[in-house]
Amino acid sequence: MPPRLCSLCGTAKAIIKRPKTGSQVCKDCFFEVFETEVHNTIIENGGIFKRGDKVAIGASGGKDSTVLAHVMSTLNQRYDYGLDLFLLSIDEGITGYRDDSLETVKQNQIEYGLPLKILSYDELYGWTMDKIVSQIGKKNNCTFCGVFRRQALDRGAAQLGVSHIVTGHNADDIAETVLMNIMRGDIARLSRCTALVTESEDTIKRSKPFKYAYEKEIVMYAYFKKLTYFSTECIYSPDAYRGHARVFLKDLEAIRPSAIIDIIHSGETFQLDEDVKSGMKALQNCLRCGYISSNDLCKACALLEGLEQGLDKSAIKTSQEGAGTAPTGQRTIPFYNRAAAKEEIAI
Amino acid sequence: MTTAVEQLNQETPLPKGKSAAVEQISIRLEFGGGLHLLFNSQPKHQVSLPKRISEDETEAGDDKAVTVKYLIKWMKDNLLSERVEMFGDGDGVRPGILVLINDTDWELEGELDYQLQENDEVVFISTLHGG
Repeated sequence: MPPRLCSLCGTAKAIIKRPKTGSQVCKDCFFEVFETEVHNTIIENGGIFKRGDKVAIGASGGKDSTVLAHVMSTLNQRYDYGLDLFLLSIDEGITGYRDDSLETVKQNQIEYGLPLKILSYDELYGWTMDKIVSQIGKKNNCTFCGVFRRQALDRGAAQLGVSHIVTGHNADDIAETVLMNIMRGDIARLSRCTALVTESEDTIKRSKPFKYAYEKEIVMYAYFKKLTYFSTECIYSPDAYRGHARVFLKDLEAIRPSAIIDIIHSGETFQLDEDVKSGMKALQNCLRCGYISSNDLCKACALLEGLEQGLDKSAIKTSQEGAGTAPTGQRTIPFYNRAAAKEEIAI
Repeated sequence: MTTAVEQLNQETPLPKGKSAAVEQISIRLEFGGGLHLLFNSQPKHQVSLPKRISEDETEAGDDKAVTVKYLIKWMKDNLLSERVEMFGDGDGVRPGILVLINDTDWELEGELDYQLQENDEVVFISTLHGG
């Protein structure tokens, strides 16, 4: 069988069948078309960055963020975005997992010459995931980790003085999240999980340049570019609910690859009824730590209070109604002052 | 080339019950994205397979050239050290595992029906772990 030729240049041997389009392309055309599509995501609707922006790349050492760091550095140079890029990693304190993956991030730091900041749960909350799991058990530990990570990224970004965080969430991740929000009936999250950029008054702008990039292409890109990444499953059992959504989505993709982009499109076109919107809780600042919250206490402060009380798995149910001062003797999260961080970096 | 094959036949133990007359080919395997953990934690393997297999692709024979379908079954029976459902799904691999044959997406090479040749390289990469 003669080699199939690239459908773009028509000369080189095709090496990948693109899941989004079904077209077959050669290695050089694949690199170019993958990078150009990410660039198009970045510049669509007026663009997600401004010249001179300080941007943190949320870096875990995994495949998505490793490829994101590579592509962001490449595009920043090629198209002269004029961005000041940083790597921001969160150390959850998981021995044998995160400590190893952070080594990959340190390699990225050297390869791309980007400054790296690592912020640990231990530093911020006084708890590592190892310690949390030893107290609450493995069940639901992902909730603690997820809530703590989100806030840690914002706080790390504020410390770096950046105005924007980019994360490696890819099309498959977003389609999964759409499915999960539908299955949980989480209307508020459903309405915002497909947004390219999210920003509320008091949090740092976040965006997902890989929103339309298929996981298959990200992994193939890493393979052909010989990028090394860390790919061990978290030792504290994966998020079981997401796991099911993921397997379901992969099964759909095997039958019809466009399913992923179609689900994202469905998520984008959901329109929230005004009545539903007005019934949602307004955002305020956490009375205890100042972070954005829809309750008196933000979820992280409530979870931390549960841990500090020495609760087992019931720590997850700690009330978000509460006072600004924590019960005596308990550790609290440092006060989050976005405005101060903003002023500090004003040039 | 034939001498290399002959040498390989002498060095590699043959599957149980097969006569030494079965001609073998050598295939290189590589595992990425954490998949090596299912294969004795070794990222690279060199294996030998019968050059020709039976019509139903389950054993050595003289009906057709050895296929990727045979390779995957062979891997499940002989190489996999962990739970089979983490790797296989029906005759193929679990959705979310990418396969490359000689650095080309197997979707362009006929997937399970691809006919393996001496010294082919087959790479399996999981996309299912961490982000």
